[in-house]
Amino acid sequence: MQLAVIALVALLVLGLLAAGVVVVRHRSKVVAAPRQRRVSGPPTPAAPAVTQPRTSPHVAPAPSEPDAQAGVEVLAEGPVAEPAAPAPVVELVEPFEVAPALRPSFRDRLSKARDAIAGSFRAILARTSIDADTWDELEEALIKADVGVELTMELLDTLRLRAKDESITEPDRLLDALKAQLKARLAGADRSLRLEAGAPNVWLFVGVNGVGKTTTIGKVGHQQAEQGRSVLMAAGDTFRAAAAEQLETWAERAGADFVRGAEGGDPSSVVFDGVQRAAARGVELVLADTAGRLHTKSNLMDELTKVRRVAAREPGRLTEVLLVLDAVTGQNGLVQAQQFTQATELTGVVLTKLDGSAKGGIVLAIEARLGIPVKLVGLGEAIGDLVEFDPDEFVDALFD
Amino acid sequence: MFEALSDRFEGIFGRLRNRGRLSEDDIDEVLREIRVALLEADVNLRVVRSFQNRVREALVGEDLSRALNPAQQVIKAVHQELVNTLGGETVRITFATRPPTVVLMAGLQGSGKTTTSGKLARWFKSQGRNPLLVAADLQRPAAVEQLRTLARQVDVPVFSAPDEVIRSGTGDPVEVARQCLAEATRLGRDVVIIDTAGRLAIDAELMEQVRQISEATQPHYTFLVVDAMTGQDAVNVAEAFHATLSLDGVILTKLDGDARGGAALSVKEVVGKPIAFASTGEKLADFDLFHPDRLAGRILGMGDVLTLIEKAEQVYEHSEAEAAAEALLEGRFTLEDFLQQMQQLKKMGPLSGILGMMPGVPKEVRDAQIDDSHLARIEAIIRSMTTAERADPTVIDASRRGRIAKGSGTNPQEVQALVGQFNEVQRLMKRFGGFGSKRSKGSRKDRKNDKKKGKGATRGGGRVTTRGPVAVPNINLEELAEKEKAKRPGGGLKLPGLDL
Repeated sequence: MQLAVIALVALLVLGLLAAGVVVVRHRSKVVAAPRQRRVSGPPTPAAPAVTQPRTSPHVAPAPSEPDAQAGVEVLAEGPVAEPAAPAPVVELVEPFEVAPALRPSFRDRLSKARDAIAGSFRAILARTSIDADTWDELEEALIKADVGVELTMELLDTLRLRAKDESITEPDRLLDALKAQLKARLAGADRSLRLEAGAPNVWLFVGVNGVGKTTTIGKVGHQQAEQGRSVLMAAGDTFRAAAAEQLETWAERAGADFVRGAEGGDPSSVVFDGVQRAAARGVELVLADTAGRLHTKSNLMDELTKVRRVAAREPGRLTEVLLVLDAVTGQNGLVQAQQFTQATELTGVVLTKLDGSAKGGIVLAIEARLGIPVKLVGLGEAIGDLVEFDPDEFVDALFD
Repeated sequence: MFEALSDRFEGIFGRLRNRGRLSEDDIDEVLREIRVALLEADVNLRVVRSFQNRVREALVGEDLSRALNPAQQVIKAVHQELVNTLGGETVRITFATRPPTVVLMAGLQGSGKTTTSGKLARWFKSQGRNPLLVAADLQRPAAVEQLRTLARQVDVPVFSAPDEVIRSGTGDPVEVARQCLAEATRLGRDVVIIDTAGRLAIDAELMEQVRQISEATQPHYTFLVVDAMTGQDAVNVAEAFHATLSLDGVILTKLDGDARGGAALSVKEVVGKPIAFASTGEKLADFDLFHPDRLAGRILGMGDVLTLIEKAEQVYEHSEAEAAAEALLEGRFTLEDFLQQMQQLKKMGPLSGILGMMPGVPKEVRDAQIDDSHLARIEAIIRSMTTAERADPTVIDASRRGRIAKGSGTNPQEVQALVGQFNEVQRLMKRFGGFGSKRSKGSRKDRKNDKKKGKGATRGGGRVTTRGPVAVPNINLEELAEKEKAKRPGGGLKLPGLDL
């Protein structure tokens, strides 16, 4: 019977693995795996064709201060300000101040969503004393926000101790304590986007299919360009039909440089070309798109490891590897973060589509378990709707 | 992290031996475990509750005293309930008497509508129909282009707004929808698949737009496309879309990942309409009618036996595999056989994928970084051996080891380790094949295997077999396969025993 054989052979192989016959090597050593998921057409690993930016008139890379010292100024005002030295954390405080008036708040955006789902918390607050139902409702709220069973239990256990210690008896104070506990957990993480002076910075965007990587890059690029930074977008998604066109549209809008490869080509080579070109033209920031991939496909994850390696190579400097995560994602989000960080050493998470009714609680588990901070949040379709993550507003929104 | 539900149940039922019926408290405890399992699988809390109640009813009357394994009995009941919930009537696509048959695709951004539209077009073609794809997503840049590319691949025409309108970003999807039926008639297409833009369920304006599209085209089928990775919010989304569009079914996408897909249960429960199709891969062909029993096992973390069997059948010669299994259990399994089996295994896809589908494999093992290049190393070592060495590795002395290491680009230690492990595993298998299961306590290998098998597994003694002389206390794989085949619900159930 086949199944038995498969199982036995698999077990045998596993046994061998476990016995250390084949030392589990660092993933990056195994990039040989050929890309196998092409649907159509022969693989065309030809060097990517670099398209001239169609918008050359206004591309003119950051006319005012494209030189290296501009970095200092840039650091002070930009959302992505962080120099190589770890010192000036203080300066990171005011991100996205470019258009403060336009900056959407979680609350405004989310109120739409919140109307749709009547707050389960009104019920809690209406009570006069804390009883089993109160705890159930807290648990329910956390689970419904996709925080996950395990972390929810952990949070509530801590809260129970605290409630006892501080002899909390009113439901609303209990809720406040829970919020405070969550905020404390989220506080302290460095959520700034790193941008170093000198070599072209590379920000790599990874994630599963359909989370909004390309759109996120478009918005980030747009914002960065608005702040006077020169930007190049590299269409590393050579797989999905028309992904490059989609990014190109964004690049045109943002007045950014754009590099693409042949459809089905090697994404690493697109990123490589992007970095080369950026270095040659003195572009400060390369935003590298990658094809959406399920974290379970080991050959595609290997491909991503290679992209990362290429992006980190001189003259480029890989300063951010961002996992783009759809707020609607459930418990699988944690597994995704685990796998992607194994392949590419993530530096942060971008939580998209938070303007829907989903609350994105899985990022709490990601921060708690993997220590990967959420850096940006998508609150709508407009360019300005991609904002820096604000832990306090996020936590408040969880319980609205 | 999550342990297989069966493992948890083992704990509960260990205390229940010889007690027959479950007490109220026992049931509560079981239900709590089920609750956690379902929540971890992203089933919506509300749906979990109603599901729990149904399982309670099923369990209360159950006499478990005679059950060989009460844990399995309970899992069976849960599984059955899941299959019932997910399944029910299946979608039967019938075609309009006056063509075209109109299919409307709706869903959140990024759920996979456009790709699924392409897949659906291919599916209709395979049913002998002539579909027309309609690009009514004028919002996302290059969405139309994406649909056109897909359409080229399946050789189906696309109807949309004129290019300059698309580029200007001012196109009206409702207008496109309005015109598409006439276009279908003109081109003689009998199925129209309308791909709409992704939208948030709470976006009143866009929901109104899709309602108008629906009104203008009067679709025969309106499908909600749902990502298998969706969390608790799936219910809100499904409710909102159902209220606006009155759905006819659901299409579940990205099932090729490792998400357990509990969202499907939530959506099914809320909408009350069947899950019509499932998309299980990136290739356009990876798309088929939905099988509730497979997803039920997956939601419970029990692997996907049927898919595994199907895959195995595609690559394995039945008789060959049987012979190999027999050899394995009788201790006649050589490195040559191993090499052959390994190659078959490789054809089934990455090892991690196979393990993922295998029920009862503990999560740690499933999550372990298994790189298929390790297989290549093992293969290289074996291939560097002579036939005689493969048949009897004991002849390998230091000099031969050195040669093999050189030939395979490894080192003598690795060769030695491979041979040593192979012998040990082989001895172990032989013992499985034999009658007793007197495991020598404490040997390194045994411990290792225990770990891999999870708790319950080693308990029963000899088990998995092909057929023939070997005693199989709690599972017969062949029978299981037959049952799965016969689509008898619950067939995939006896999983705890299967976890090799």
